[in-house]
Amino acid sequence: MSNSTMEGIPQAAARPETEARRARLSTLAKAPAGRLLALWSGWLGGREMPAHDVLRPPEIGTVMVRGRAGATGAPFNLGEMTVTRATVRLAAGAVGHGHVQGRDKDAARVAALIDALCEGGEADALETAILAPLRAEAEAGKRSRLAKAAATKVEFFTMVRGENG
Amino acid sequence: MYVAVKGGERAIDNAHAWLAEERRGDTEVAELSIAQIREQLALAVNRVMAEGSLYDPDLAALAIKQARGDLIEAVFLIRAYRTTLPRFGASHPVDTGAMSCDRRISATFKDLPGGQVLGPTFDYTHRLLDFALAAEGLDVPEAEGGAPSDTQMPHVTGFLAREDLIQPEPEGADTPRDLTREPLDFPADRPLRLQALTRGDEGFILSMAYSTQRGYGRNHPFVGELRIGTVTVEMDIPELGFAIEIGEVVLTECETVNQFTGSKTEPPQFTRGYGLVFGQTERKAISMALVDRALRWEELGEDNVGAPAQDAEFVLYHADNVQATGFLEHIKLPHYVDFQSELELIRRIRAEAMAGQAQEAAE
Repeated sequence: MSNSTMEGIPQAAARPETEARRARLSTLAKAPAGRLLALWSGWLGGREMPAHDVLRPPEIGTVMVRGRAGATGAPFNLGEMTVTRATVRLAAGAVGHGHVQGRDKDAARVAALIDALCEGGEADALETAILAPLRAEAEAGKRSRLAKAAATKVEFFTMVRGENG
Repeated sequence: MYVAVKGGERAIDNAHAWLAEERRGDTEVAELSIAQIREQLALAVNRVMAEGSLYDPDLAALAIKQARGDLIEAVFLIRAYRTTLPRFGASHPVDTGAMSCDRRISATFKDLPGGQVLGPTFDYTHRLLDFALAAEGLDVPEAEGGAPSDTQMPHVTGFLAREDLIQPEPEGADTPRDLTREPLDFPADRPLRLQALTRGDEGFILSMAYSTQRGYGRNHPFVGELRIGTVTVEMDIPELGFAIEIGEVVLTECETVNQFTGSKTEPPQFTRGYGLVFGQTERKAISMALVDRALRWEELGEDNVGAPAQDAEFVLYHADNVQATGFLEHIKLPHYVDFQSELELIRRIRAEAMAGQAQEAAE
């Protein structure tokens, strides 16, 4: 397949910290906004939001989703999806980028804050409080659909007809 | 010709106020929420996302509510909203082979790795009205779960490709042409055609596909595979220098396997039609695959038999229901001056003709 020819940025040999950040940002991007905000406020536990500058205020936009002709051939434009992004810098200097599917500006800002806090050394605490639960819930949702799909799998049996059976 | 005429403001304001009231309907009946539309009219939402060319179920549900259930009007609202948003970039092409499938069936191979998975389908229902749904508040029992297998679900066309029995998919440009950024222009290459088809009107694409089955450009399709499920969308983030998964979308994919006896330029082998559409949109995806295949006659060295579905200009120029509606409905707007000149003209010609007849009669 030709999926190896990613356009744009050359795919850097993934360093572990790059891979960790990639996984974290992917989890945050796909999380339902309501769950992300609930886990975040649980983590804050009544504390103030960490002091930060907003480098890029939350902005709603789109990403053109592409497919391939015949699943493996020439790329084509399938249609757009909504995405919201934000960038913040903590008082201590760490910069965080948040991207979330959909149009929730609070979720984009919180995703950026979580990214910045992780970059600033709080990755383990946030992994336990927010990222692991989000991943577990996403996995459970996916397993539940796959289980229902599995129950609709056809088990063929053959009826023997005629004399030579 | 249009001439600005003032004086309709009050009538228009009152018309809009009445529209809002009619939209709400009988206030004794509970108002619909966006979440109710999103969850309970999901296939309407899917259609609006596919033809609006914007994946956002909440927005599509809002558009359906605002449009009073007129889906083409809802598509129009989504298209208009989309133009107000900046575009952050384009995704990597999605990997439908890695789809988490709700449904996956093949009409060509009974026993295939991953099996035939029916999913939440209308197929095999008896199409009898279910009056139990008219009684509200009934609990719906949770559907049975099975043991999900970890078997991959490879594409059926992959099996045929291994034996060279199906025409390979050529690579294309990394950046395909985009008809939201440049006007539709001919000749339209396959990526551009696929973009136009996937956002085209479902009814139109269905009828075009049906016409090929009835003999107008027949190409003997089998549904090699139909799959519906969730794929992740990845995009490069320039400020990070790597790609992240930016979200997930539900897609319907249809791959047809078509008979082909070979041509001047191609050896005998199967050929392909391809449909890929936002949401659970099975009728549209199958239709798209048939029309895609019909439009490929030239690159496959087939004869143009003059069938409508083989005519790329005809199909692509008429597939878009927002464009079609705009042009069709504009004729109901005031054309007073246009018509006034027509009226003058016909009166004059008529008077001349009558005068001529009168003179002939007199002679």
